[in-house]
Amino acid sequence: MTQPRRSFQVGTGLFILLGFAALAYLATQTTSVANYTQGDYYTLNAKFSNIGQLKQRAPVKLAGVRIGSVQSIELDPQSLEALVKIGIDTRFTDIPDDSGAAIFTSGLLGDQYVGVQPGGSPLAFKDGDEFILTQSSMQLEDLIGKFLVSGDSPKKPANSDSPTTDDTDPSSK
Amino acid sequence: MSTSRRPTMIGNALAQVGAAGLFLFSILAAIPKSLRHFRETLRQIWFVGAMSLVIIMTCGLFVGMVLSLQLYYTLAKFGGTAALGTVVALSLFRELGPVVTALLFAGRAGTSMTAEIGLMRATDQLSAMEMMAVDPLAYVVAPRFLAGIVAMPLLACVFNALGILGAHLVGVSWLGLDNGTFWGNMTSNVDVWNDLVNGVWKSTAFGAVIALIATFEGYTTAPTSEGVAYATTRTVVASSIVVLALDFVMTAFLM
Repeated sequence: MTQPRRSFQVGTGLFILLGFAALAYLATQTTSVANYTQGDYYTLNAKFSNIGQLKQRAPVKLAGVRIGSVQSIELDPQSLEALVKIGIDTRFTDIPDDSGAAIFTSGLLGDQYVGVQPGGSPLAFKDGDEFILTQSSMQLEDLIGKFLVSGDSPKKPANSDSPTTDDTDPSSK
Repeated sequence: MSTSRRPTMIGNALAQVGAAGLFLFSILAAIPKSLRHFRETLRQIWFVGAMSLVIIMTCGLFVGMVLSLQLYYTLAKFGGTAALGTVVALSLFRELGPVVTALLFAGRAGTSMTAEIGLMRATDQLSAMEMMAVDPLAYVVAPRFLAGIVAMPLLACVFNALGILGAHLVGVSWLGLDNGTFWGNMTSNVDVWNDLVNGVWKSTAFGAVIALIATFEGYTTAPTSEGVAYATTRTVVASSIVVLALDFVMTAFLM
């Protein structure tokens, strides 16, 4: 009599356990919680004149490999630039101290991340160091502005002498 | 619960809704008493939840796989296949997981609740319980209602997990999307509270609604074999409509 009752109780327990295990798996592996879990890290500073859509906890990558994440983003009141504090995993201690930091976009619709371009210095970054070379995020409006400006200038001489335009335009392309 | 003198379609439907609402209150009132029969609740969770695992897991896996396949080809047109993991996870957690699980749950568990209680009604077992001073609401109905509330969100979570695995199987293993891109984009765009937990709330509400409809239809069935058949059909139809309508309302409020 006790045997079948015990078996469905165990089964019910297993089912509830499985349900919560699935919930825990989803919460820790597929949501932003997965990005919170970070081990020991050391902090580097980088100043950008424009960070675009960069957010906290955005990944920091070197050669495409995630090596850390953005800890905080503030405005530096002196230089009026964005001060980005970057936490690098302590596993990656040998990053040359003349490396550059740039803000890239992953894919066409992806999020923005900080890409580290390694330099050639024999000395490595230490905790609290600052990136000397930084490159801000590409703004679509700036790109269009540059395109319009550069698109205007060759047109004006092109209008003045019409026979040469046919030769120069294909060559410039 | 006597019928009105001039039964019209709308009047009947309103009377059904009102009777179901009153039935909900009597279940809620019977819940404290039903905790004395806690083992019965456990048995119902086993029957309603654990026995549904096979169909839920299989369907979750295939829904995730087909979602991944369809979205991959659609996103490839815009060069946005990197967003595959995000789109699959969001649509599963927010919509498909709770809703498809609820529809399967209504078909798998709701019908059996209605048929079981309806047959108890048809064979006068419920009256016999009352004669023995056992409250059928506390002993039969409330444990099933509680089991529906407990089992549904757990089943939806299992469905979601299997759906993600299926999407990963198709997107990464078959179509060759990068593994890091799949998970990385997903983890940076899916929020625990706004996306995952909202889906869990939804599925809890669906579980309560399905269990209420199933027990109500069974409890108030006409005590004939034909009546039980009609009640079982009505459970599936009413549950599906109410789940889809409630889904829209809850999405509008939870967004």
